[in-house]
Amino acid sequence: MPAPSRSQVLALYKQIIKNASNFNNYSYRNYFLRKAKTGFRVTRDLKDPEAVEEAFVSAQRELGVLKRQSAISQMYTFDKQVVEPLKEQKRHTSDVS
Amino acid sequence: MLRIIPRSILPGQRVARAFAIRKYATAKVAFDVPLETHTDLQQANKELADARDNSSEVVESGTTALKHAYQENTGFGTRPIYLDMQATTPTDPRVLDTMLKFYTGLYGNPHSNTHSYGWETNKEVETARKHIADLVNADIKEIIFTSGATESNNTALKGVPRFYKKTKKHIVTTRTEHKCVLEAARAMKNEGFEVTFLNVNEFGLIDLKELEDAIRPETCLVSIMAVNNEIGVVQPLKEIGAICKKKKVFFHTDAAQAYGKIPLDVNDMNIDLMSISSHKIYGPKGMGAIYVRRRPRVRLDPIISGGGQERGLRSGTLAPSLVAGFGEAARLMKQEYSADTEHIKKLSEKLTKGLLAIEHTSLNGSPDHHYPGCVNVSFAYVEGESLLMALRDIALSSGSACTSASLEPSYVLHALGKDDALAHSSIRFGIGRFTTEEEIDYVIKAITERVEFLRELSPLWEMVKEGIDLNSIEWSGH
Repeated sequence: MPAPSRSQVLALYKQIIKNASNFNNYSYRNYFLRKAKTGFRVTRDLKDPEAVEEAFVSAQRELGVLKRQSAISQMYTFDKQVVEPLKEQKRHTSDVS
Repeated sequence: MLRIIPRSILPGQRVARAFAIRKYATAKVAFDVPLETHTDLQQANKELADARDNSSEVVESGTTALKHAYQENTGFGTRPIYLDMQATTPTDPRVLDTMLKFYTGLYGNPHSNTHSYGWETNKEVETARKHIADLVNADIKEIIFTSGATESNNTALKGVPRFYKKTKKHIVTTRTEHKCVLEAARAMKNEGFEVTFLNVNEFGLIDLKELEDAIRPETCLVSIMAVNNEIGVVQPLKEIGAICKKKKVFFHTDAAQAYGKIPLDVNDMNIDLMSISSHKIYGPKGMGAIYVRRRPRVRLDPIISGGGQERGLRSGTLAPSLVAGFGEAARLMKQEYSADTEHIKKLSEKLTKGLLAIEHTSLNGSPDHHYPGCVNVSFAYVEGESLLMALRDIALSSGSACTSASLEPSYVLHALGKDDALAHSSIRFGIGRFTTEEEIDYVIKAITERVEFLRELSPLWEMVKEGIDLNSIEWSGH
């Protein structure tokens, strides 16, 4: 597989951000958003095509996990955390349903 | 055929339409049912607010105390911030993702050697074992799965001395160990072994000279924990390992709080036995492991007898789901090590600075030999338990979860030479991978406000403010 193009990487990043923000759980959502942002920033400077491809494949695998786990997170919900505004939740659930 | 087709089309359509309607109906019902929440704080809060609205009396009486005791921020959620990472950590979604397939299809017994169901789970178990061994530079054959760090500690503390009991009848440990090590050591005392409990200095560190003197020719085991669960102090493992190697005794370390969080290398540090827990590294609960060195071989009497799984040291069928979850958690600890350490350190510094900015507070334990994810702070002139009661929106603990049911002050802080009052007023803050900066800001603000409020209530605080030395007061007897 050739090294992924710029648009492929950007599309993957967008997908990861979208799925990470679908987590109902405050801690997990924030962690995966933070991880996606720092992770892509670190790999941005990669030059070696093999390393780029490796990072791309592992990010793709991560996206699969995020898709499944954010769906599970929506099925088993808990109260919102004390630092979480409730309004955001309403907009969030209406997006889903 | 021709006659059948037009007939079958109509009913078919009807059926399809009926199906469509029925499908829609069930879907609608499913959406109408409110999502079940597992905690009912939100509902309770709403009812409380309703009750207050209806009765003017409740609103007038004691509102200030209530407002301070439990901040009711309308427009925000009600679930407390989790800051008790030393008790347990939330399961990482990536760990759960690895575990799920063992409950949906991979149900083989990993010890079944005769069919593919057994082979496939066995392969996953061995992969997990490799991830766990890699994190501490061990060999995969040296990792024995147990039910948790408590079982691992018991296996080490009871197994090794029992095996060598004919010639060696002495164990060395410290006063600040976890309860399960202390209790296991006491049980060995009843079996006729001698146990030396080493003292620690005011920072919670052991004296290496004292350790060297405590080791006798008949000593078989030294057990010293890597990171303390209450104050987060890191013991000098490498130096201890060197002393144990020189004196030819086995070195066991309880690394439940350290594994994956500080750099550990069993060969470099001369560790012979090491207890590991899965649920402290974002893995599943009910899972742990013990590292048992093979060269030179550490022999021990197993506590559990049975089918001889795990090199005969821990019989019983493994739970492949828990093992795989543990393995994935260990892999993630390695993969995320630098990111996690940086994040935790940043938040820890912020929290420590914020809390110590309150007057008459002190950090417990050594500030230099310290795991940043565990911050233990004493708030003088405030009762720890009442502060915890006032902080219902933050999940904290005054010490170990095992002793949080009793009101006695922490024995760890006692061992550090802290008096009862200070031991009673200390609180442990645990920071982990999933803690956010926003949460830390909230915690600093909430603690500052409520410590101030509780002190305002206290007559002792008034005296302190007037400059009276509390120790000089002669309290009249009753």
